[in-house]
Amino acid sequence: MTQDSILLKTHTISFLEEKGRYKGILSWIMSTNHKRIGLLYLLSMLSFFIIGVILGLLMRLELIAPGRTIMGPQTYNSIFTLHGVIMIFLFVIPGIPAAFGNFFLPIHIGARDVSFPRINLLSWYFFIGGATLVVISLFTGGGPIDTGWTFYAPYSIRTGTNVSLAVLGAFLIGFSSILTGLNFVTTIHRLRAPGMGWFRMPLFVWSLYATGWVQLLATPVVGITLILIICERFFGVGFFDPAKGGDPLLFQHLFWIYSHPAVYIMILPAMGVISEIIPVFSRKNIFGYKAIAFSSLSIALVGYLVWGHHMFTSGMSDTAKWVFSLLTFLVAIPSGVKTFNWVATMYGGSIEIAPPLLYALSFIFAFSIGGLTGLINGAIATDIHIHDTYFVVGHFHYTMFGGTAFAFFGALHYWFPKMFGKMYSIRLANIAWLILFTGFNILYFPMFILGWEGMPRRYYDYLPRFHMLHLISTIGSWILATGLILMFYNFLRSLKYGERAEHNPWGGSTLEWQIQSPPPPENFEHIPAVSAGPYDFKR
Amino acid sequence: MISITSFSVEKHTDYTGSKIGMWLFLFTEMLLFGGLFLIYSTYRAKYPISFHVAAKDLNIQIGTLNTILLLTSSLTMAISILSIKNGSRRGSASFLMITIIFGLLFLFNKYFEWGEKIAHGIYPGSEALSVIDSSIVLFYNLYFVMTGLHALHVLAGIFVLFIMFVLLLKKNINRHDFVKLENTGLYWHFVDIIWIYLFPLFYLIT
Amino acid sequence: MQNKRNEAGFLTYLFVWISLIVLTAFTVTVAALNLGKIAVLTALSIASFKSLMVLNFFMHLKYEDRLFHFMLLLSVITLSIIIGFTFFDISFR
Repeated sequence: MTQDSILLKTHTISFLEEKGRYKGILSWIMSTNHKRIGLLYLLSMLSFFIIGVILGLLMRLELIAPGRTIMGPQTYNSIFTLHGVIMIFLFVIPGIPAAFGNFFLPIHIGARDVSFPRINLLSWYFFIGGATLVVISLFTGGGPIDTGWTFYAPYSIRTGTNVSLAVLGAFLIGFSSILTGLNFVTTIHRLRAPGMGWFRMPLFVWSLYATGWVQLLATPVVGITLILIICERFFGVGFFDPAKGGDPLLFQHLFWIYSHPAVYIMILPAMGVISEIIPVFSRKNIFGYKAIAFSSLSIALVGYLVWGHHMFTSGMSDTAKWVFSLLTFLVAIPSGVKTFNWVATMYGGSIEIAPPLLYALSFIFAFSIGGLTGLINGAIATDIHIHDTYFVVGHFHYTMFGGTAFAFFGALHYWFPKMFGKMYSIRLANIAWLILFTGFNILYFPMFILGWEGMPRRYYDYLPRFHMLHLISTIGSWILATGLILMFYNFLRSLKYGERAEHNPWGGSTLEWQIQSPPPPENFEHIPAVSAGPYDFKR
Repeated sequence: MISITSFSVEKHTDYTGSKIGMWLFLFTEMLLFGGLFLIYSTYRAKYPISFHVAAKDLNIQIGTLNTILLLTSSLTMAISILSIKNGSRRGSASFLMITIIFGLLFLFNKYFEWGEKIAHGIYPGSEALSVIDSSIVLFYNLYFVMTGLHALHVLAGIFVLFIMFVLLLKKNINRHDFVKLENTGLYWHFVDIIWIYLFPLFYLIT
Repeated sequence: MQNKRNEAGFLTYLFVWISLIVLTAFTVTVAALNLGKIAVLTALSIASFKSLMVLNFFMHLKYEDRLFHFMLLLSVITLSIIIGFTFFDISFR
């Protein structure tokens, strides 16, 4: 503790109170401070998340009974497209790296900021600009897009809805993601504090490093694909249009060359967060540090080799099918390495049950189900049975909501006291978690059964025999929403009335817990010299 | 775990860091073009004969001239950076201007070349193309999209080169701080490399 | 900052430029011959050789840290994988 106080000795103003060149909102949207940009991202993404949740609730409400309930097919098509586009491009992809990565990456490696602070701010503008274009696309041209978030050709070329503008928005958001990745990779290479060797970095930083490379090398591919969709619509270049000699499967290839690695952009940082939370609440050094670090890299690498498993029923060649199916199973290895190491870390530790750990545990639970059902999707024979059914919907909600979103909430509960200097009500957070986790399982688990029995995805109507499971699922969506409301209420309340959080409420040993809460504008008065690993609880 | 040393961060810009950032950006550009090269190779593998036939209509002379123009502009760009390293701001600015002129000449040729094609009714979605074999049309559309995207990059490059020229005159770039110019150079050479591949893939497959 | 050890000078640049022009002339000449199947291979090999010269000398890659080489290699491998793996589909359909 004596060493801690060295970094705390001079109590300065926090980054929240800092007086810069600008006042009011300008002091935020003109700030190049990585912590302010992180909070900008956090606020904007949570806003989009809430819109996405509302759209999801509307879809579930439509599906509460067979036949038309509250909306017609065209409205339903637009709503599931928007739900997908908003949740994927505006919440889970930027998600943890842009909010928590921006805030904590420099602190974790003992730096004052990222390598390119102005580019960092620029990336937020691209993000908001892209989001604005998507919103404008709803009210102009042919109206809200109805292609699904995948924009599959040739339908996306032919539909009268406003695809071009929405796709341009997605392109800008992709560019924002590239800039974030570029910043992180450079920062990790250049700005580590003295003594902060590669194997002394917190595992969250490792996961951001792997993610950064995927953002850099995969996103441009979808960028050019989206631009080509616009070219198809305006100039009829015909690359993806069978009527013009083009090959629509090529679109699917290009799309998934990005979008499968993008799945790892979504999940890797989440795994990084879990690797931070588990050792702190088990009071034990992480089990297999290097194995976890390298498994992040190998997930990023294998992520490039498996995109074809989204296309088993598309008419792709049989050779490609078995090659991609075989390679898909490789992903299970590094994912398994991580899961077993987390569990092994907890074994024999003195576990303290707290909200961040609860979310981490639900991550492991949900991600295991999501991951194992992924193998069912990855095997060609079973995939043909369940392709484009609710089984797939259940699978990716277990990985994306149960995985990434739970890790996101876990990160929020873990770092909230550090970011705002206020502590939320632990009791309320525990209750909210219980409701959320229950609602989550009631909402998404029936989808596996529905899909297995043949309920196709993206339909606004269904046969009466699916009624019971759909009804259960819809009720689950209300429980989940209640949990979310309670969780957000807890945070908002504590911003105003919460107790002051001390600098290290959880007893963490990474660098962010050694400085005051909220952190000073430049994080460290002196750059610290690091002499031990990140999860050293022995002292 | 932590101890304080008297180590303090030097405020000067991180030279290697900026270069890493620029290279990373170039890799994203490479993958951006990579998507198009993927499409190109797919259709080339599918319709080899149509591609040979269609490529006959491209003007090898103009293509070769443009290759030489870009290669030479890369030389002058490199010399411009060499000059500022050796302290000659004036030399650097002159060679930068020559680079810009070569870039503009390249675009002028491109304009001339495209103009001729369009005058013959060959452009994406044109009447003349709608009656011939679709695989030949794919070649032309690829030609327009790929060289078009490349030309846009040349245009952006010229714009940035011009900004660098102004910064040089303002002494904002000088012999002690020229990483901006060096990064611009990296970008310019990268655009050159893309052309090095585009040239044989479109013009030399007759 | 930059160290001046063995960095390329004016003469090196000039030599690189002359080689690039000669290689361009060469690739145009070779293309006029009817090489059949290996025509693509020759054209791409020459182009790659030219790119390597631009990378190594004009872009100073030769004088940079190993990290830069490694990062370039990673990107090139990624690009080869995405094009190569697509051909698992294209060539066998």
